[in-house]
Parts: sequence; structure tokens; C-alpha cells
Amino acid sequence: MPNWELVRQDFSELRQTMNGERLAYLDNAATSLKPKSVIERLLSFYQQENANVHRGTYQLSFKATEEYEDARKVIQHFINAAAAREIIFTRGTTEGINLIASTYGEQNIEPGDEIVISLAEHHSNLIPWQQLALRKKATLKYINLTSTGEIDLADAKQKITAKTKIVAVTHVGNVLGNVSPIRKLAELAHQNGAIIVVDGAQAVCHLPVDVQELAADFYAFSGHKMLGPTGIGVLYGKQKLLEQMPPYQFGGEMIEDVQLDNSKWDQIPHKFEAGTPNIAGAIGLATAVKYLEQVGMAQVKARDAELMAYLLPKLMAIPGVKIYGSQNPQQHVGVVSFNLGTLHPHDVATALDMEGVAVRAGHHCAEPLVHSLGTNSTVRASLAFYNYQADCDQLINAIKETKEFFKGELR
Amino acid sequence: MSLDKLNQLYRAVILEHAANPHHHYAVPNATNKKTLHNTTCGDTINLSLHLDADNKITDIGFTGQGCTISQASASMLTDVMMDKTTEEALAIAKIFSDEAIGEKHSRDELKKLGDAQVLTQIMEFPARIKCATLAWWALKEALLKNAKGDK
Repeated sequence: MPNWELVRQDFSELRQTMNGERLAYLDNAATSLKPKSVIERLLSFYQQENANVHRGTYQLSFKATEEYEDARKVIQHFINAAAAREIIFTRGTTEGINLIASTYGEQNIEPGDEIVISLAEHHSNLIPWQQLALRKKATLKYINLTSTGEIDLADAKQKITAKTKIVAVTHVGNVLGNVSPIRKLAELAHQNGAIIVVDGAQAVCHLPVDVQELAADFYAFSGHKMLGPTGIGVLYGKQKLLEQMPPYQFGGEMIEDVQLDNSKWDQIPHKFEAGTPNIAGAIGLATAVKYLEQVGMAQVKARDAELMAYLLPKLMAIPGVKIYGSQNPQQHVGVVSFNLGTLHPHDVATALDMEGVAVRAGHHCAEPLVHSLGTNSTVRASLAFYNYQADCDQLINAIKETKEFFKGELR
Repeated sequence: MSLDKLNQLYRAVILEHAANPHHHYAVPNATNKKTLHNTTCGDTINLSLHLDADNKITDIGFTGQGCTISQASASMLTDVMMDKTTEEALAIAKIFSDEAIGEKHSRDELKKLGDAQVLTQIMEFPARIKCATLAWWALKEALLKNAKGDK
């Protein structure tokens, strides 16, 4: 097991106070903190190695290109893609999913076709499909959830039919933290001739991910939720699919040949990376991946589970706290959503902020899911492996003090 | 203890308005209505009012759901806007929204806000400014819509 005390020291943001209190950062599902190695890598790139990629004839540009393409290989191995060319650098999960909807979706969806998503989706894996369905006069169907917020496989079997062209689901839910049965959904999709798109934004930072094992056709995630910089993300796609798809954007670096009245596209992945990419971002993300691999994803997963097993029972033991989703800590990967009596989550979050505890309050960009839970908003605490039991204790104590402060309000 | 700072935001008068909001109803035969959402948290304010022939607010009320701050703010707004003309109401709303963006007004001007004066300290809690201003934006939109003859 890694020395978690030493691991924690790599995250300088934790060495500060918030509102005069020790900072308990429990908003990791929104964005993770960045370790020293990632910050230093960005700095050294911009200080010493900055040059554009895939165009210079000079040493610096050659080196930058090499680093950028090495980053692609690091990501490839991290998620066990079959080839580096199956890794496309994007701005984040949102851009990755929009890319598929605008290319594969535009090319393959016809009137009367079906797109199947789940009720647990973040808006970024919902609106691109909703709008595609509207443009194409296709039907958008939602897989229902069980009473504990899990994807209902029996319902999935009903919803995924021969008319289904695309199934798009989240790997780990950003509100309830439950893991979707991706492999089984992929089998259902493939049996019906559909492809499966997986939103991995909340999974890659908590679980070892193997895209071939999952049988995912596309897998999208963001760098900033897994210790990397903002503005960089990854879209994995099966080579055969990527090759058949039209480009997403047009411009430099994505062409093979340009004539006055037509152009030919470069090979994948470059076909999907028009313009100067986020070079430092990709290199920073590769550094983040190396950091995660050094800690070990199995250890990260075990640490997250250990912290949740500590936090959830304590949270449930506070009278008036309502937990959404499962009561079993094993079904909450890094995330737990709750409410405190009739207190509005924004009031709770402000009070927790005063106690140094950073959490998210609101609908978490998943309005259909939050409404299905019978509420308009929740408080969400989300863990990372660099959190401590002390962070959980601070949250628990702060909730108790908040309850006391608002005792006249609580019903 | 840091919760002491919470007292600056959640004054007794705010908690009282939130627990027992004033004019918490939809105005029957409303001449002007506006529903606004706070997209970050899903709060909703439905504001409705009745303007007479002299452009005076003869009734005003609100429904919806949201946090203590948004509900208290709406309740305070309805108190202060009752019997005001459109012109007076917009002038008062401007004082409130100016304060929310850090533009200070004199003590005499602030008095026109009634109980809502305490909410001008919302600047201390930047994450909550949207909650406090939601009802006031709804009022402005409801009244300005009418000014353009778009009842």
C-alpha cells in the first residue's frame, strides 16, 4: 500500500485553509486536485520545450511532437486500447461525446432509428443525443433505474432493439456513484447491431479501465478529473469506426492533401485533431496518468472504497440526513449525494464552506436523474484517494453544526 | 467557530422570512408575471403582480422553491414593492442589484429596501448572489415587459 501521508503531500492545494479552517476538499467529482509532478511538467514544457507539433523541421518541434505522441501512447496503455491511433485528444468528455454525435451520429442515424441512453446521464451524455435525435427525427429512449439508482438491465433489454443504433451510458454516475454494467450493455448493443458510447468522466480516476474488456466502441473522459490539466480530454474509438467517420472540424493538421475545390483527410487520429492541439495539456495528462500508475489504480480503487466505507455509515447515522441511491458503500464509487432535512442544499453547502468543507450543491448537471430522485437538488460529497478520514470527520462534524445552526428551519 | 460568520448571512430576519414567507401566493388576475430559474441549483421563482390603471402595484406575490436566501429575498421584495408605482419599483430594484455588484448606495437609499437591506451583505458570500437577486430580476423583467406594451 502506498504511504498515503506522502501521497497527500504531493497536493499543495490541500495545505491551505478555507474560511480559517483546515480545507477538506470533497468536490473531486467536479475536478480533482493536481499533484506537484503535473504542475512541474506544465511549467517545464512552457519554460524549455514549447514548440508546435507535426510541422517544425527543427529540433524543438521534433521533440514536442515526440512528447505529444508519447502522451498518446501513455493514455493508450492506461485504458488498454489496441493502438495509439485509437486515442484522440479532445477538450474533455463533453467535446468527445459531441464529436461522436456530430460525426458518427450524423452519418449513421436516420429517421425512425433509436438512440438509447439511461436516466442517470450527465447533461453532456444526454443533450448531444437529444439534439441529434431531434435533427434526425430519431427516437431517444431512456433506460430506467432501479430503486437504488442502478441501471435496470431488464429494462435495458426492452429498450435496446433492432432499431437501436447508438447506446450511450455513463460508466460511473456523477450523482449516485454507482457503476454501470458496461460489458452487459455492450453485448446487448452489439447483438442488436448498435454501438456503445461510454462516458468515463467519473470512472477513470477511481477504477482501472480496460476499454477492450468493457467492449466499448467509444470511451470519453476528461483530464482534469484525473489529476490532469483542464482543457484536455480523451476520446477512445475503435479504429474501424474512426476510419469510417467524417472529420469533426476542418483546418490545419487534419489534412493529407488540399486542392482548390476538395481535400483529402489525414489518417486517424490526426483526422480528428484539427488545429494546434493542447500540447502541454496532453503532456500534463500523460504525467497525471504516470502518477496514477505509480500509486496504482488497484490501490486507488481500494483507498476510495475504504474512505467511502468509513464515511457513508457515519453520514447515515446523522438523524435527518437522507442518502440518495444505495445504502451500501460499495455501490458508491467516490460519490455520495444527500440532503439534510428540508434544508436547501445551497444553504447546507454555504454552512459547510464556513467549516472548511468544499462540496457541490445543486442538480449536478443531471436534472432528469435528480428529479427522478424526487428532489430538485442535493448536496454531493466526492472523494479521491488523497482524502483522509479526517476529511470525512470534518464533513460529519460540519453537518452536525449546520443542523444545530438551522435547527429552527429544519423540518 | 466559523459558523459565527454564517450569522452575518443568515440573520434572524432572513430565517423568519424563509420560514414564513410573506405574500406566498399567485396573484389572481395578475397583469404581469415572470418565472425565473437559477440554472446552477434548480431554484424557481414565479412572481406575479397586479398593476392598476395608474401603473401602481396593488398586489404582488410569489411561489416556487429554493434556498433560504432566494425565498427570503422574494418575501422581502413583495413587502417593499406593494403599493409602489412601476417607476418606484424599478428604482428600488436597481438599488438592490447595484449593491449585489458592489455599487454602494447611501443609507437613506438603502432604507427603501426595507428588510432586504440585510441581504446587501450578500457580497460577503459571492456564491450566493444569484440566490438573492433571482426575485429582483424576475420583478424587473415582469415590469419591463409591461413597459413595452407586451402584457
